[in-house]
Amino acid sequence: MMKWVMTVIIALSLVFAVCTGRTAELSSAFLAECGNAVTLAITLTGIIALWSGLMRVAQSSGLTGKLAKLSAPLLSKLFPGLRKDGTVMEYITLNITANILGLGNASTPFGIAAMRGIEREERSSHPEYASDSMITLAVMNTASLQLIPTTAAAMRLAHGSAAPMEILPCVWIASVSALSAALMSAAVFRRMRKRRLP
Amino acid sequence: MSFSDLIVPLIFAGVLIYGVCVKTDVFAEFTEGVKDGLRTVYDVFPSLFCLVITVGVFRASGGAELITSVLSPVLGAVGFPPECGELMLLRPLSGSGSIALFERILTDFGPDSFPGRVASVILGSSETTFYTLSVYFAAVSARKTRYALAAALIGDLTCAAVSAAAVNILL
Repeated sequence: MMKWVMTVIIALSLVFAVCTGRTAELSSAFLAECGNAVTLAITLTGIIALWSGLMRVAQSSGLTGKLAKLSAPLLSKLFPGLRKDGTVMEYITLNITANILGLGNASTPFGIAAMRGIEREERSSHPEYASDSMITLAVMNTASLQLIPTTAAAMRLAHGSAAPMEILPCVWIASVSALSAALMSAAVFRRMRKRRLP
Repeated sequence: MSFSDLIVPLIFAGVLIYGVCVKTDVFAEFTEGVKDGLRTVYDVFPSLFCLVITVGVFRASGGAELITSVLSPVLGAVGFPPECGELMLLRPLSGSGSIALFERILTDFGPDSFPGRVASVILGSSETTFYTLSVYFAAVSARKTRYALAAALIGDLTCAAVSAAAVNILL
């Protein structure tokens, strides 16, 4: 996937920059973004280290296992290929909980741990292909499960909105629709492409 | 002080206290976890680096503005505010970029205008799709992600369409 994303977007950017006359900006963007990428990675290192540490404590004390039992009935429907009582379900539970609470930066380390757990548990004979469970988890994380959109609400308040939170019902409707559309189309694609998988 | 300010401290205190109560060596486990975290960053950094450069170059090219100006008559006709077209395009690509665009929409039109409300709903109900997919799949050895991107982008398109429709009907 990434080879296409990178090649297509960079090639298109060249065409667009020639059309808009922004070739100088395009050229300097390459160098400027190297620095941005490293800054982002450093910020991310701190956040991931913090939550990975806490996750490990919660796991070895048995706390995540208890949490996972609560979510097992729902998750086993979304991830039929995974063991109900495995550690992967614990990671997925943490990932979803962090998303709902709006701890976006905590959900990433939990999600990554879950992806690795899925890989270990499934032991696919074709590890270069993403499995259905991996795709379900990743796609869920591209939709927003957050209950309170804190960033958007705070920025509305800062700009003098009369009712910064009035967007809440619309946000819930939009995120539930987006999540359902993504998961349903994933199910359709899964059925369509099953034959072409090795 | 609001409840949301207490979520993170409560989680940390709660997990540590519970760990001590059931006789877990919380410090040793925490530092082991930090080590796992560092390995994770090492593994996902190359993908992340390429994505940041790709997205930055695209933003510098002015492509999003160009596509939006071509699309804006169509968007207006279906009840989607053309002012939010660029946000819809950039949202899946760049988190910081879409926050900057949102800021500009709020400044230019106001938070309680139609474009301001639709932009708020889009920002609140979506994620940075490309970033999520590249980081998640970089952590495992799957290079062929099959239908993941297609399904995620259908979700993003639905999000934008439903945001405009919901604001039209409810607000």
